[in-house]
Amino acid sequence: MNQLIDVKNIALEPDELVNNDKIATPMYTSAALFEQEQEKIFRKTWVWVAHASEIPDKGSFKLSKVGREPVIVARDRKGNIHVMVNRCRHRAATVCEIHKGKTSSFQCPYHGWGYGLDGSLRALPHPEQYGDDFDKSLHGLLKLRTESYQGMIFATFNEGIEPLEEFLGAAKKWIDLFMKQGGGYPVKTLGEHQFSVPMNWKVQLENTTDAYHFPIVHKSFLQSLDEEAEKTFTFLDGEGFVEDLGNGHSVMVMIPELVDLEEDLDRPIPERFEELAQELRDEGYPDDQVRRIVRAVGGSGFNLNLFPNVACSMAFFRVLTPVAVDKTDIRHIALGMEGGPESANRLRLRLHEHFQGPMGFGSPDDAEVWERIQRGVDGGGELPILVNRGSEQEVPGEAGPRGHVSDETGMRAAYAMWKRMMQE
Amino acid sequence: MSTIDNQNLLWQVTQFIWHEAAILDAKEYDAWLDLWQPEGLYIIPIEDADDYATVLNLCYDDDKMRRARIKRFQDGFSISSAPPAVTVRTLSRFVIDAVDGNTVVVSCAEHLVEDKFGRQRVWAANVRYTLTSTDTGFRLQEKVVRLLNSDGVLNSFSYLF
Repeated sequence: MNQLIDVKNIALEPDELVNNDKIATPMYTSAALFEQEQEKIFRKTWVWVAHASEIPDKGSFKLSKVGREPVIVARDRKGNIHVMVNRCRHRAATVCEIHKGKTSSFQCPYHGWGYGLDGSLRALPHPEQYGDDFDKSLHGLLKLRTESYQGMIFATFNEGIEPLEEFLGAAKKWIDLFMKQGGGYPVKTLGEHQFSVPMNWKVQLENTTDAYHFPIVHKSFLQSLDEEAEKTFTFLDGEGFVEDLGNGHSVMVMIPELVDLEEDLDRPIPERFEELAQELRDEGYPDDQVRRIVRAVGGSGFNLNLFPNVACSMAFFRVLTPVAVDKTDIRHIALGMEGGPESANRLRLRLHEHFQGPMGFGSPDDAEVWERIQRGVDGGGELPILVNRGSEQEVPGEAGPRGHVSDETGMRAAYAMWKRMMQE
Repeated sequence: MSTIDNQNLLWQVTQFIWHEAAILDAKEYDAWLDLWQPEGLYIIPIEDADDYATVLNLCYDDDKMRRARIKRFQDGFSISSAPPAVTVRTLSRFVIDAVDGNTVVVSCAEHLVEDKFGRQRVWAANVRYTLTSTDTGFRLQEKVVRLLNSDGVLNSFSYLF
């Protein structure tokens, strides 16, 4: 590992920026590279924009981002989902600045051009000045191709890209497993924590597949748990693994016994969930359902990292938005059971608050080390950033190379995809 | 429990809240824990709600979580709080919303400046205190801090509001 990189000679060539298990410092620091990533990655692939439960009804909408570009995700009167750029086709003002809500149309505040829930231009004041051949059908909001899997809505500017399900590939199985934390009910979003960190977006992309940091960075979180839970979250010595799922996706299994939440439901209920279990029994839920719900409340035992911007992380969605080369916004979206017991959803909320968000016992410590990376790369630009952990010991997994839970297999998967896309 | 002295009430609650503010800026967290009624709730919501227990908040701390949070700050294993940002806060615009028996509800404005890594950030909040008058002075029954941008993109906090 003593090979230095000649930074002066790096002309931002993907081959030199990502050298298998080493990446070069400009990956975190080059504004020019960041601009290229917007074109070659965020405009070219499927980007997660919303979960279906965030826009539950006809006329529901929410604002989101594809890369840096502001989009509206809306459900029309027929229930179809549309994703369109939040920019009036006349003189570019945003047509919506409300974070989420319900509407029948979007109207530009500048000259009153009105758009339907599907983005089509419905009406504009005094159209006669545009002449008789003005074609409204050519002046709808810029639309993105939109597809969903298990309620996860993705959009892309790339009309020629493969179908979403093909892009997800081997990750689909893990999405299916993740959604079992509905405990027999549909999974729905319960709100989100949002925070901004002075770091490159790829630092966050790496982190979701980084178990190595957990006992160090999250020691104070582990110390706040009871003994049994602390043991559950002490997984580096366990049977977990990281597997490359293709297309930059990877899964990191931390707690193997919590991969399939519907398996072995007869196992003893952990002490920290006993109060909830009793509450559910008192509410009249039969024993098998109590066990299923309680198991689901604890979340899945794995992080599924989907390239480039979303992860199904144990019990929540982690979404990243690249803002600038050294600035990334993060959303931690809490999940619960649509129509499920209120006591169970309440505990999900408290568990989410415990670790996640600006005041969680976990996220602030993550944010601190991520910022420290961005501060550190101001020095020693010729030094590589190592993602080689475990690269010699990988074995074939179900879908791709598999390493120890603390290995950097998932990061190598993401960077291989990064390189592929940047070279296209 | 002692009954409320309506005569100097605004002055008394102001003194209590400023005392709490000084404790929080000084990070004398053991003293802060002593200001609480055991059943008290410290809540920093994201959105308004009738019952904050049923929605996602930035923090929803009962006695157990408050103590765990303070332990985390003090033990030195949390990199974001070792060292934490330093803070200076001002609370003002006090309005007594309600007085009922030995309970008083008071609202005020809070401005807080944090400093870390040579960078300062400014936060503003509407704060609603529910205080219980006891023989040894006021105690915190509930404290709800409504950050102006609570539903927007925030940063992580290594201190309390």
